[in-house]
Amino acid sequence: MDATPQMTDAAYDAKPTRTLNGAEVVMRVLSELGCEVVFGYPGGAVLPIYDALFQQSAVRHILVRHEQAAVHAAEAYARSTGKVGVVLVTSGPGATNAVTGLLDALMDSIPLVCLSGQVPTHLIGNDAFQEADTTGITRPVTKHNYLVKRAEDLAPVLREAFEIARSGRPGPVLVDLPKDITVGPAPLNPEGKRRERAHPPRLDPEREAIRAAVRAMKAARRPLLYTGGGVINSGPQASTALRQLADMTGFPVTSTLMGLGAYPTTDRQFLGMLGMHGSYEANLATHGCDVLVALGARFDDRVTGRTNAFSPHSFKIHADIDPAQINKIIHVDVPVLGDVGRTIEAMIAEWRDIPDEAPNLDAWWRQIEAWRAIDSFGFRQDTAPSAIIRPQHAVRRLYEIVRESGRDAFVSTEVGQHQMWAAQHFQFDKPNRWLTSGGLGTMGYGLPAAVGAQVANPDALVIDIAGEASTLMNIQELGTIAQYRLPVKLFILNNRYMGMVRQWQELLHGSRYSQSYSEALPDFVRLAEAFQGKGLRATHVGELDAVIREMLAHDGPVVADICVAQDENCYPMIPSGAAHNEMLLGPEQQAQAASVTQAGMALV
Amino acid sequence: MANMVEKRAVIGVLIEDESGALARVVGLFSGRGYNIESLTVASIDPEARLSRITIVTTGTADVIEQIKAQLARLVPVHRVRDLGADGPCVARELAMVKVVSTGETRTEGLRIADAFRARVVDTTSGSFVFELTGTADKVDAFVDLMRPLGLAELSRTGVAAMARGPGVL
Repeated sequence: MDATPQMTDAAYDAKPTRTLNGAEVVMRVLSELGCEVVFGYPGGAVLPIYDALFQQSAVRHILVRHEQAAVHAAEAYARSTGKVGVVLVTSGPGATNAVTGLLDALMDSIPLVCLSGQVPTHLIGNDAFQEADTTGITRPVTKHNYLVKRAEDLAPVLREAFEIARSGRPGPVLVDLPKDITVGPAPLNPEGKRRERAHPPRLDPEREAIRAAVRAMKAARRPLLYTGGGVINSGPQASTALRQLADMTGFPVTSTLMGLGAYPTTDRQFLGMLGMHGSYEANLATHGCDVLVALGARFDDRVTGRTNAFSPHSFKIHADIDPAQINKIIHVDVPVLGDVGRTIEAMIAEWRDIPDEAPNLDAWWRQIEAWRAIDSFGFRQDTAPSAIIRPQHAVRRLYEIVRESGRDAFVSTEVGQHQMWAAQHFQFDKPNRWLTSGGLGTMGYGLPAAVGAQVANPDALVIDIAGEASTLMNIQELGTIAQYRLPVKLFILNNRYMGMVRQWQELLHGSRYSQSYSEALPDFVRLAEAFQGKGLRATHVGELDAVIREMLAHDGPVVADICVAQDENCYPMIPSGAAHNEMLLGPEQQAQAASVTQAGMALV
Repeated sequence: MANMVEKRAVIGVLIEDESGALARVVGLFSGRGYNIESLTVASIDPEARLSRITIVTTGTADVIEQIKAQLARLVPVHRVRDLGADGPCVARELAMVKVVSTGETRTEGLRIADAFRARVVDTTSGSFVFELTGTADKVDAFVDLMRPLGLAELSRTGVAAMARGPGVL
């Protein structure tokens, strides 16, 4: 009996001696481009690709339980490694299930390539089984997409897709692959030159812009560095440069949700996150600064609050790689186009070159320290062992115990109150460790993201800080976690509510909790066991530390059901339509929320 | 506030001829809530597989800047230019106007067409098809005059435009 010929790695890398089919070309190009892992789910239109995948060993496949999860896993893989995440889904429902993930990656600028199967070219437009106009549906949710109609386009399109995904402002690229293209012969290196893509992004900033920016920074009395996800996307050297810039200038640093970890959040110069649930000192510093240096951030509405009251007296510098972000929401005085890492490095060099004394920031720092003394992330935790657990306390203890363990930790989140508490109370000293859905706010992001981060970082500690409602949106990924024995820790802050929805209903809709109670929840401990994991539960303060320690000590997957106070709200908070200096610090100021204007009510 | 004033802009776009390229441009306008007053497109260089799109839009100066930046971000877009940014541009459109009438109104229609230098491209005993080229305003004026004279059908190409002077897109 003939055994199935299994290609060895050496044979695979060698020049093919026979004509390859399209599916084999797909696998070879993926391997050539350094792709090691694909997250996917098979189906009729991608069977040839799965067959080619079966017969090689260069690229590993992680079988998820839903295509949306494949995309989130690939996003976290990309975010935690800096590589391009790769997704493989079938036609029709496979592709439509991926749409949410693609938009999530677009909003958060994550480099992804999604390969989707398509019905054969001669059936396109015939309403064939599992046919969807995938390029039409995904056009607004991708940076670019392709439908490969000719075999000779296949390899060049795949190479170009990777280049587009990772260059400039990164983003998701979809390549739709009709089945006849993957079944039929296709050249690996077709003859003839493809046209160059029109605009390589500008990487090095203009000298004049850097000069104008640094001149303003040297003259500042109340400066602030406002850093975003661009610093992370630019690569670890950008984070290093940011630390150097902050160190040499003495400027305070705040960060968006997306940028956490680019600057150590434990550092004295770090003021905490800014924006709707950012710290008092970060928001008042943003409001009161005289020079605002935005680095790889895009003035998102969660950050700015009411735009006509945003940082009203500052000279604004905006460094971004995407020209479309300049003056989109906030008018700036000095735009600096380019890679943010190179921009920061150029600012450092220019700062050294300008002979002017560095500004004296003592008065500014005294002011900031006075704001900081308010302790806006503070909360009251009754320490009696029988006391109910405050969700902030659960996150803080989780961080402290993880830090004691000395392990490299990656934290993903779902979306809602728990996400904000994680951002406020978990500390990140390195970039690429914080994996959260910022722009799109996708509930169900965290568990598949933890899968992707754990696959990319098999020896690291990967924790999904979750809410019970969000995590149920992709809870099927416990199956993926079980299959690959991924030691992911699902840490659920279970308040039996869609907490952020409940909070807004309380503040803005007269406490009418319409459809926000988590009715009929599963028993998460038994759910973990059903998926071959360990289930733990803490219902009061006395149990919390032991549960966290047991969770970290177990070398397999764990679901920790942390039953927390149901009525806790996330503070501080800038109500919709308000300015940064109109923050609510806690429940005692809740009445002010009642004064939210009609215009504010319409905002999300 | 001066920057809140809406103005009209004529934007020229050089874009690769590929399936879906036009849909990207149109989707960008609808998805981001920008206006399209007119959009014309045709291949201008089959060898290099390039098409030219001319878009007439309205918006504040900020919105026009955003439109240009967002268009430039599209992968198949090679060049974007506000054709009126450095002075006026030449903008023309072609219209075909079918007028169905007899007797006095028919002669009156023909007389006005002559004044507008519209050409008669089809005629029967009861109808004319006029072809008229000019600015959008001129076409509007002609159409308004034809309305009481038996205007039956109208087809306009939308605006094709070019910046004046030696500069190119």
